[in-house]
Amino acid sequence: MEGTAVRGRLTWQTATVGAVIDETSKVRTLSLDVPDWGGHQAGQHLDIALTAEDGYRAERSYSIASAPGEPVAITVERLDDGEVSPYLTQDVQIGDEIEVRGPIGGYFIWDPPVSGDGPLLLAAGGSGVVPLRAILRHRGLVGSSVPVHLLYSVRSQAEVIYRSELDHLNQEADGVKVIYTLTRQQPPGWTGYARRVDQQMMAEVAWPVASGPLAYVCGPTNFVEAVASDLVALGYPPLRVKTERFGATGTP
Amino acid sequence: MSPISRGFHRRHEEAEPAGRVPPGQYVTHDFPVLSAGPTPRTRLTDWTFSIEGGQSPVSWTWQEFQSLPTETVTVDIHCVTRWSKLDTSWKGVSLDVLLGAVSYTAPYVLAFCDGGYTTNLPVADLLGGKAWVAYSYDGSALPAEHGGPARLLVPHLYFWKSAKWVRGLRLRDTNAPGFWEMYGYHMYGDPWKEQRYAGD
Repeated sequence: MEGTAVRGRLTWQTATVGAVIDETSKVRTLSLDVPDWGGHQAGQHLDIALTAEDGYRAERSYSIASAPGEPVAITVERLDDGEVSPYLTQDVQIGDEIEVRGPIGGYFIWDPPVSGDGPLLLAAGGSGVVPLRAILRHRGLVGSSVPVHLLYSVRSQAEVIYRSELDHLNQEADGVKVIYTLTRQQPPGWTGYARRVDQQMMAEVAWPVASGPLAYVCGPTNFVEAVASDLVALGYPPLRVKTERFGATGTP
Repeated sequence: MSPISRGFHRRHEEAEPAGRVPPGQYVTHDFPVLSAGPTPRTRLTDWTFSIEGGQSPVSWTWQEFQSLPTETVTVDIHCVTRWSKLDTSWKGVSLDVLLGAVSYTAPYVLAFCDGGYTTNLPVADLLGGKAWVAYSYDGSALPAEHGGPARLLVPHLYFWKSAKWVRGLRLRDTNAPGFWEMYGYHMYGDPWKEQRYAGD
């Protein structure tokens, strides 16, 4: 767990909402024009601040959904009892201004020269796919040939975020394979996984330890605990399993 | 001047007790888990707690640690990811007791843990009834995902300073950054001053 250099101060700045894409009925991607963005790495997050007319201010952290070099984007899942996510997924409009600062976090990142050329295992639970999508886009943009398995656990096909992009990656046969497990509801004729992740699934999906894989696991706590402990049981060195968890009412 | 988000307003009107919740935090009733890697599982027979860097090193086995005087405390905890949890109940050994077993002059410690995590703290923040090595939460053994068998508990600082799976302290003359501090998080982490990131 070695670190990199300490960075300078992170200051708040005003960003403008540039585009809005509805990914599912509850999930929306916002692209943000940030005038003074110093760049980010795949897997980092940023902070958003909203200020109400009465001066009330709320801050939240969101994973960055776009690759380094692309316009900053976040993908937000609406939590019905949430305070910030309903606004960002329903009320915000193109041209609105919100405050951001970042990028934040330097451990859950994929940086091709530093991260080596072992195969990548990406495991996403629900909206945990967001930082992993930044990694996939980065891989495409830099022309990396590192082989990738993305295991994406989601309740139903309708809740798959970035579905057309992921299906396109799957069809391109360019070294990325997306494996879904639909845990609650499956379409007629579904032949893929239809259960929560378990050790047998991980054994089938994970790259062999001997190939020097690097794993990124992001999702709700139970999902991450299951995947990470299954990978360790399969022989993955713990330092090759990077995790990012969110609790029931935790971040995003 | 912050731009106003029209239509955005406070959703959770239940009044938080005055002075209990630091700026920028919201109260949660869950206990979210945030860790950078897999949850380590250390057998109690292999567990020790050590203090290094003093005049002579000290170390306790799990059994020895259990025979140290304990305190039960109820405290509020504040995570840098903005959740706060009020009235959490812990049992553990005060750092006053543990550091009292060592002769030292160093003003800082680097806490070290199973899994490779570290965090830096001033010794002064560990003394005076402000910090513990806790092994029980809410009356039960501390679950592994929350840092069991034992974690630091330093509730007056952001919770990443309360290192999970703690195995010891290294006394140091200089304030060297730990794991998250090297990635840009604040060297001290006072939630009341919103010291989230370097420079805050």
